[in-house]
Amino acid sequence: MSYFLQQLINGLTLGAIYALIALGYTMVYGIIGMINFAHGEIYMIGAFVSLTTFFVLGAVGVTWVPLALVLVLIAAMGFTAVYGWTVERIAYRPLRGSFRLAPLISAIGMSIFLQNYVQLLQGARVKSLPPVIHGGFQLMESNGFVVQLSYLQIMIMTLTIALMAGFSIMIAATPLGRAQRACEQDMTMAALLGINVDRTISTTFVIGALLAAVAGTMVTLYYGVIDFFIGFLAGIKAFTAAVLGGIGSLPGAVLGGFVIGLIEAFWSGYFNAAYKDVAVFGILILVLIFRPSGLLGRPEVEKV
Amino acid sequence: MPLKGLAKDSALAAFVALILAIPLVGLNTVERDGRIVVETRFSWVAIAVVAVFVGRLLLGLVPRRQKQATDKRPLAALLDKHARALGWCSLAGLVIWPFLPFSSTYLVDLASNILTYILLGWGLNIVVGLAGLLNLGYAGFYAVGAYTFGIAAQSFGLGFWEALPLAGLLAAAVGILLGFPVLRLRGDYLAIVTLGFGEIIRIILINWSSVTGGPNGINDIPRPTFFGLPLTARAAGGGETFAQFFGLSYSPQHRIVFLYFVVLGLALATNVITLRLRRLPIGRAWEALREDEIACRALGINPTSVKLSAFAIGALFAGFAGAFFATRQNFISPESFGFQESATVLAIVVLGGMGSQLGIVLAAVVLVTLPEFGRDFAQFRMLLFGAAMVAIMVWRPRGLLSLRAPSIRLAPSSERR
Repeated sequence: MSYFLQQLINGLTLGAIYALIALGYTMVYGIIGMINFAHGEIYMIGAFVSLTTFFVLGAVGVTWVPLALVLVLIAAMGFTAVYGWTVERIAYRPLRGSFRLAPLISAIGMSIFLQNYVQLLQGARVKSLPPVIHGGFQLMESNGFVVQLSYLQIMIMTLTIALMAGFSIMIAATPLGRAQRACEQDMTMAALLGINVDRTISTTFVIGALLAAVAGTMVTLYYGVIDFFIGFLAGIKAFTAAVLGGIGSLPGAVLGGFVIGLIEAFWSGYFNAAYKDVAVFGILILVLIFRPSGLLGRPEVEKV
Repeated sequence: MPLKGLAKDSALAAFVALILAIPLVGLNTVERDGRIVVETRFSWVAIAVVAVFVGRLLLGLVPRRQKQATDKRPLAALLDKHARALGWCSLAGLVIWPFLPFSSTYLVDLASNILTYILLGWGLNIVVGLAGLLNLGYAGFYAVGAYTFGIAAQSFGLGFWEALPLAGLLAAAVGILLGFPVLRLRGDYLAIVTLGFGEIIRIILINWSSVTGGPNGINDIPRPTFFGLPLTARAAGGGETFAQFFGLSYSPQHRIVFLYFVVLGLALATNVITLRLRRLPIGRAWEALREDEIACRALGINPTSVKLSAFAIGALFAGFAGAFFATRQNFISPESFGFQESATVLAIVVLGGMGSQLGIVLAAVVLVTLPEFGRDFAQFRMLLFGAAMVAIMVWRPRGLLSLRAPSIRLAPSSERR
């Protein structure tokens, strides 16, 4: 029972990180209907920026943890958002209205480029960050096995839920959200009605990058090691989460993220850790076969 | 654009570059004396910013061509017109290639490598170029072919020629198994599922050590024989070798030249089959499906079975290529079948202009030969590779050489020329 509880906590934490990335996928897919393949790389860049910022702050002498955390989050979100904006501007905007596969291939190219860019500049070896946030609760203890819930895990989960709620409200109630929904339905009509479509799409990418930066910062804090390749698998899994939850739906992405995180944690805990990725992709294939619109998505109707 | 606006634009681009460069170019954490310190490289940032400013300025100064209503491609059209002659010429060149005075073992081996990628490219072209299904896990089928041969040789003692059809068929069977459930999906979902499939294959290859040898792979894969004559210095069972049979003195180059002709034959077979298939109803159905799925359905084409056939035939060729790869390398390991391999083959198809056989040859030559020039370049290979993929999509979304004309028209087109 205690082992189960521990895996549950670990899985939810992992799932929260996936959920943050999945939110970015789902928002971009919702608005322009493309898989932003480079989104995993944006997350990876977020992780690198936050790691560097931690060391810079350490060198400058900012050691009070809450302040350092806030500054790191601001820096990571700021720089990563510019990356997200630039990727959209360079690789996707010129291809709007082109044939269907063009933006996807361009996105794959961007993803390969960013991976190698970071590898060349920051080195291929893993980088590590000593633990910043210590401590936590001991929930229960049985047969010498202690169930831990660390402050960091609480922070990651609350942040995810808060961001999901915030962005859901934003999409439902603000002018920007209204513009996004309008572009999602019909870009030409939205443009005719005076919505700046390009700017709306750019904003969506920037929001996605902000969320990915938060995820990157959290993963750096949680695992303490990052390398240039983390974006690839995390990206695919987050996309799986978005599809699982129903692409285009924000609560769906978060739900999907948690489900994927739980599957991964329980599979490694009870079966074979080596095959945990196989389990995740297997789930993706099963979901797409039996429920192509995901858990919370609406079925897609193709019109001529 | 007026010069003032251009300067403003360039300044903006340079400013964005500055922000982009600061965290990743300007700062790096390095370990020094057991402590991690932050190293600054602001000169690099300055170079990057200036480069972006100048680059944006120059790009703006180049007069922008008016976009033509029809995408006429003089070069592509010319090549297309003379495709047949060009094809025969290059075939003749390829046949005499190993016997040319300047050709060395290295050049023949390089040509074999290029031909392997051409074979893969043509195989993937059926899936991506003709049927319009984005397959990001093509290396998975390639791996199935290679490991089929590796395992068959190791466990059952099969030679290359016996294992070759087996490798192709098994890869095709895996293609059908995967395709059956997922081909009903929309294009981008399919891309992700195939990507996941490629990863699954790789993970299984790494972890199923008892069969695949795990990360160490499979060693001592047999070389192909020439109608039963081994191309070695001495025959294993005391029989005749290739050199003895033809009364030649043994030279290791025989084997390399022979391997070259094997892959040349495989590639040619692929090309002929593809060109023939395009004229069959099934090939027309692929192209029609790529253009408009709903119309196809209305005309009574079953999209799933048509897609499935494209998927299986593409996988078949990947299986052949995998078996050849295994016999050429003599050694296989999961590292050779990662996502980068799928991306390379996809890039060859895309750069070549999806659907164009000749374009794929050109793209394969360029992409395989480029890294051979200088080892310093190898480090930047994938970086440039990614950038090139983006750039070509932005400038020529249809690829370098593609016409994308339908193979057949119902009536002479009514447009006046």
